[in-house]
Amino acid sequence: MSSATPPTGTGALAKREARLAWALLAPTLVSVSLVVVLPLLAIFWISFKPFSLSDLRPPAPVVRESLRGSGDDLRIEYRLRNSSQDIDVTGVTLSDTLPDGVTATAGVTAPCQLNGRDLFCDFGTLTGGQRERIRVPVTLDGDPDALEQQIEASEPKLTGSGPNILTNLDFSLENYARVFDGSEFWGVFWVTLFYTVFGTIGALLMGLFAALLLNKSFKGQGFIRGLYLFPYVAPVIAVAFTWVALFDPFSGSANALLVQMGLRTDPINFFGERPLALIMVTVFEIWRYFPLSFLFILARMQSIDSSMYEAADMDGASPFQKFWLLSIPQLLGILSVLFLLRFIWTFNKFDDIFLLTGGNAGTRTLTVNVYEQAFAISNIGAGAAVAVVILMCLLVFSFVFFRFISREEGL
Amino acid sequence: MRNGFITGPVLGALWLVVISTTIAITMSFATGAAFRPQVLMSLLWGAAAGLAYVRFPARHAPARLAVSALLGLSCLTSLGPVVIGPETSLQATLVTILSMAAVMHVSLAQILKELPFGELTRHEFEDAVIRFCTGFGYIFFTAIVVIPFYVMVMTSLKSQQALLQNPLDFSIDLTQGTALFRSYIELFRDFNFGSYLWTSFFVSVLTVFITLAFSVPGAYAVARFRFQGQKAFSRSILLIYMVPMIVLALPIYIAFSLTGLRNSILGIVMIYPVTTIPVALYMLQGYFRGLPTEVEEAGLMDGLSRLAVIWKITLPLSLPALASVSLYVFMIAWNEFLLAFMLLDDPSKFTLTRGVTMLNSSEIPRQHLMAGAVIATVPIMALFLGLERFMTKGLTAGSVKG
Repeated sequence: MSSATPPTGTGALAKREARLAWALLAPTLVSVSLVVVLPLLAIFWISFKPFSLSDLRPPAPVVRESLRGSGDDLRIEYRLRNSSQDIDVTGVTLSDTLPDGVTATAGVTAPCQLNGRDLFCDFGTLTGGQRERIRVPVTLDGDPDALEQQIEASEPKLTGSGPNILTNLDFSLENYARVFDGSEFWGVFWVTLFYTVFGTIGALLMGLFAALLLNKSFKGQGFIRGLYLFPYVAPVIAVAFTWVALFDPFSGSANALLVQMGLRTDPINFFGERPLALIMVTVFEIWRYFPLSFLFILARMQSIDSSMYEAADMDGASPFQKFWLLSIPQLLGILSVLFLLRFIWTFNKFDDIFLLTGGNAGTRTLTVNVYEQAFAISNIGAGAAVAVVILMCLLVFSFVFFRFISREEGL
Repeated sequence: MRNGFITGPVLGALWLVVISTTIAITMSFATGAAFRPQVLMSLLWGAAAGLAYVRFPARHAPARLAVSALLGLSCLTSLGPVVIGPETSLQATLVTILSMAAVMHVSLAQILKELPFGELTRHEFEDAVIRFCTGFGYIFFTAIVVIPFYVMVMTSLKSQQALLQNPLDFSIDLTQGTALFRSYIELFRDFNFGSYLWTSFFVSVLTVFITLAFSVPGAYAVARFRFQGQKAFSRSILLIYMVPMIVLALPIYIAFSLTGLRNSILGIVMIYPVTTIPVALYMLQGYFRGLPTEVEEAGLMDGLSRLAVIWKITLPLSLPALASVSLYVFMIAWNEFLLAFMLLDDPSKFTLTRGVTMLNSSEIPRQHLMAGAVIATVPIMALFLGLERFMTKGLTAGSVKG
């Protein structure tokens, strides 16, 4: 009937191409989902669990084996305990083999049994903090020191495990309650917002200014462009510590300069006072990332058709008019894309603040709070809950980003 | 406002404030002696100079030279744009006076070039303002970029005592020979920095190779093949780019602790490439799209398989892009701090950035920390300056679009 319609569906060639495409993508897909998608799911999981740093080592039985006594009263002692003070460990057994030259002289007490050289004990459940001691009276046949070493070197085999908080199905909202508790969360939130908004806008404006300076060819332009990229290219660790040294209240050059110029009589603790510390980390952020905006704006500027400016010159437009009426509209696209991207990345920034102030003096942003909760207070669950809050914010941002970017870049 | 006799003095006054502050700070950092810019005096002298330069248009008019020389010499009294401290050496004083006069003369002549004394057109006025802003911009950006790096290098060459005595004195005594580099020698001898340097290099190079091995085929597939989910895929690359590292670091820390990968170079080498693959993939697919398909199709017609086409045609054509991507990835891996900080505790396995963090303690003198920072910075800077063209390209492609 429909002889004139083109074939629908995918042909053999297209199928083969798609298969090859997926084969080429597979390594990336697998590795990225292992390291990105899986951890993201894990974050959600952990955020609902009362999980602390010490829970990384689940409760387990621990044993120490030693040769004690002397003469006729020689014995091997096993001291067994539950590593946790309050959680039970179940299915605890111990098995060991006596080395050659060691003979057991008497039987052992329950729950152990000795079968030739093989010792086996079944303790069942160890309650929290429970300790057990097993004595095996022995005689030695040979060099006592060597045998003692041999006894203590052979590790007895242990089984038994406690409940693993990570894998069980107990969930609670405690972490979220803790995160949103009181005014602390809103304090952190406003700090993040201040840092993000001003850091982004500042870096953008500085980048625009620097790009305007270099948007003409002269000797040494390449060198200056390279120089202005230094803050971004240098390792964050080097520049952050340099800033800390530079603004140190006791031995920092900045304070010395201020005192010498007569602007201050006493040194300022730049990274230790509210709200100065927050302003300083924002300034650092601007300083470190203006090169990035500068590079992009410059690239865009150099691709603007110069005939437009020539036409404007013919019409007698002044330099400011050319800037406001020609350059800015041309740059608006890249500026807004940069704003959105930098906004998201500044929001995500952790290293800079962590190295400069460690989140003290009113500079704790959401990302630093993840670290604070998880490692400083060693409550990984609460850290994960903060991380989930961050992810929620990012979801909103990326929604805006994609709606916008689709229009701007045709992506 | 748009009159030469107003614009000239205003710009001159503001410009002298900029110049005197710059020279005072430069001289302070260079000699450690006391130099103080005076805003009010600078404004007055600058206004006078601006007036003179607008009134006498000849390039080296005697009045211009005289007012510049005067404002330079006035630094000897307490009425100059810069006050020189009493214990400053004769040399430094002379340099200050000369540079004040010379810099002011040359730069002000440039800023107020062809500015008439009377009424200005809009063009003349705006051009002068733009020249002023340009001059200010160059000084400002150069200062903010250079000062921290200068302080970093100079601090690493000083002793703790000298630093506490006068934090501004960065002059170095060249007669002490190799003793100048004692912080560096100690870092390499006592703090194992040679091994950290090697670990960082090894990890970064390995990261580059693994990243390329994963991202080249992936990028080619996204750029050249049509398949279901292609669009969703390129978007999710961008999305992954937006997940903060600290959020991922937490579960990775837990997983590595449980599996015993924490504290091992293997763990680091496993995790670094994954953070760089999305960037590299994005940069490369952009480049592959720009390559002409005809060459590849010719290869296919001649009987090459797809993989052979990639290996023999696409890759040789994209060597510049591969260089950019490699450099960018190398930079990310070299500068990476968070994962190294969280996952490495054993000093024998530190990367360079982790090693420098270790130096940030009150028991280790400041100059050691700065020397460590210099050691971490110099290789990446050398690479950057040597291959600036590739690097800039890599940065441009990697960051906005990616």
